[in-house]
Amino acid sequence: MIHPRKWLVPALYILFLMLPIYGLLAMSFKTTGEILGGFSFFPQQFTLANYKVIFTDPTWYNGYINSIIYVVINTVISVSVALPAAYAFSRYRFLGDKHLFFWLLTNRMAPPAVFALPFFQLYSAIGLFDTHIAVALAHCLFNIPLTVWILEGFMSGIPKELDETAYLDGYSFSRFFIRIFIPTIAAGIGVAMFFCFMYSWVELLLAKTLTSVDAKPIAATMTRTASSSGYELGLLAAAGSLTIIPGAVVIYFVRNYIAKGFALGRV
Amino acid sequence: MSIELRDVTFRVGAEKHIYKTNLLLEPGGFNILLGTTLSGKTTLMRLMAGLEKPTTGEIWTKDGDVTGIPVQKRSVAMVYQAFINYPSFTVYDNIASPLKVAGLSKSAIKEKVHHIGDLLKLTPMFNRLPSELSGGQQQRTALARALVKGTELVLLDEPLANLDYKLREELRDELPRLFADTGATVVYATSEPLEALMLGGHTATLKEGCVVQFGRTASIYRKPATMESAQVFSDPPINTAVIKKQGEMAYLGDTVSWKVPEQLVSLPDGNYKIALRPHHLLPEGQGVEVDGIVQIAEISGSGSIIRMNVEGNIWVCETRSIHSYQFGEKARFVFNADHCMYFGADNQLIEQHPSSSDQTDITNSDRL
Repeated sequence: MIHPRKWLVPALYILFLMLPIYGLLAMSFKTTGEILGGFSFFPQQFTLANYKVIFTDPTWYNGYINSIIYVVINTVISVSVALPAAYAFSRYRFLGDKHLFFWLLTNRMAPPAVFALPFFQLYSAIGLFDTHIAVALAHCLFNIPLTVWILEGFMSGIPKELDETAYLDGYSFSRFFIRIFIPTIAAGIGVAMFFCFMYSWVELLLAKTLTSVDAKPIAATMTRTASSSGYELGLLAAAGSLTIIPGAVVIYFVRNYIAKGFALGRV
Repeated sequence: MSIELRDVTFRVGAEKHIYKTNLLLEPGGFNILLGTTLSGKTTLMRLMAGLEKPTTGEIWTKDGDVTGIPVQKRSVAMVYQAFINYPSFTVYDNIASPLKVAGLSKSAIKEKVHHIGDLLKLTPMFNRLPSELSGGQQQRTALARALVKGTELVLLDEPLANLDYKLREELRDELPRLFADTGATVVYATSEPLEALMLGGHTATLKEGCVVQFGRTASIYRKPATMESAQVFSDPPINTAVIKKQGEMAYLGDTVSWKVPEQLVSLPDGNYKIALRPHHLLPEGQGVEVDGIVQIAEISGSGSIIRMNVEGNIWVCETRSIHSYQFGEKARFVFNADHCMYFGADNQLIEQHPSSSDQTDITNSDRL
């Protein structure tokens, strides 16, 4: 028999966690008038109008498309740059390797606001302002160090003898790296991609500073709380609800790997 | 294929890992590198494989000087102590991988992999991943991958050390049979003297980065050229002591004395060293009597191992009968003076009584 208190605490924990998300979800099915009118736990006048606006109005759905584009670009760049770097840190000893490794992490110590202004000026000067690649590159500043750290942890868990065995079997370095090594650390790559995605998806300041119209992310669109028709709280709630979905999907796919990452102490 | 190390040394920074080594390993049979941990067995193997480049010296095979040739281009296979397999490949793909890289046809690969799989009893596991195998099966997979290539040099770096007792015995019995027909030069590193004796062939005893002695396994066991060699080739540790020779008598401390063999009588008087195998020191019987203060007595089912202090030396008695002692108990032990090996102050073997090399020492003597 399960002791009743065994599930009580987790149940309460999940309830409290889910409550604000439920609030958001409930709001997205209400009209703005109802939201402003007072608190109700269930939508009184259930409506899908908010979602309809988002899926039909280009200023809204383009926000999602822009965000997804630069997040994907950023994830691809971060992982492909970090893979060889992490391999070098995990397999070779060279002058200043430990300092360099730590220095990578210090990039994450400064708040993004520090970089916003210089980035804005630099990207404007070279004509990258308001492009997807601009945001993707800016996010690399934070994501590459993190990815290197995560991947280095996973790679150091693979014995060096595996590399040597492959060389003895006749594999060239590149063939070994692609055919054997990358599949071996696939879990680590999954975890690293997840963290790149999450950071880039929720980051607002740099994404907003470096874009105006063409590459405007959904998070920036959502900061527009009022339009000519007054407050649009229902619309915002719907946009917020949709923003959670990609993260939830990604978490679902990497949930087992994340536990592994935590076990390695690198996440 | 024979492999020859010519004046090879290996340094990392200022630290010497391998002192100047000359070694010629002939094809066929096992070549055993016997030494304790940190004696340089693994380093020596990595040098032979080409995974490390010697600081000085050359490595020769029948293809000539291969010192600078990358490992991919050499005909070498290696099995490590840890079970190293490609985690993302199935057992079949693991074994097939060196053949795929070599560019063999699909049917040729299939035939070879199945042949090796049958030999190592891996065929039923072909579709599993290495992580789904037991330790013994994982190491079998690694061995299969080393065998399937048909390389002329196979390096086995303590391949059985991480296996449990039963599996180790089983695989150890199979190993010589597996390599018997290949004609490959097999180099086998181990820290266990018993394993070396069972596998036979030739043995190189190693100590602190030096090859102390190289020769037929049985003859090294019977006639270690130096004290180090005798020490490396004994488990439990060999009993040693400094004796004083006067005329035809040897004195160990104040109380023990015996007649030295004829060959020693003519040598100048002074200090010499003796070595006595633990199973030649007995708790009862006839011979030279020594008094030991027992430190620990372990009973291992059918026998006992007794550690004692004899005239300031830690000696071990390994016997096939059960004897229990109290800590600190004073007990009398005996040994046959003919079993002593005598070494000079420079640790070189002087002479040994012929009867000390009795055949009963060797287990599996037929294999040697």
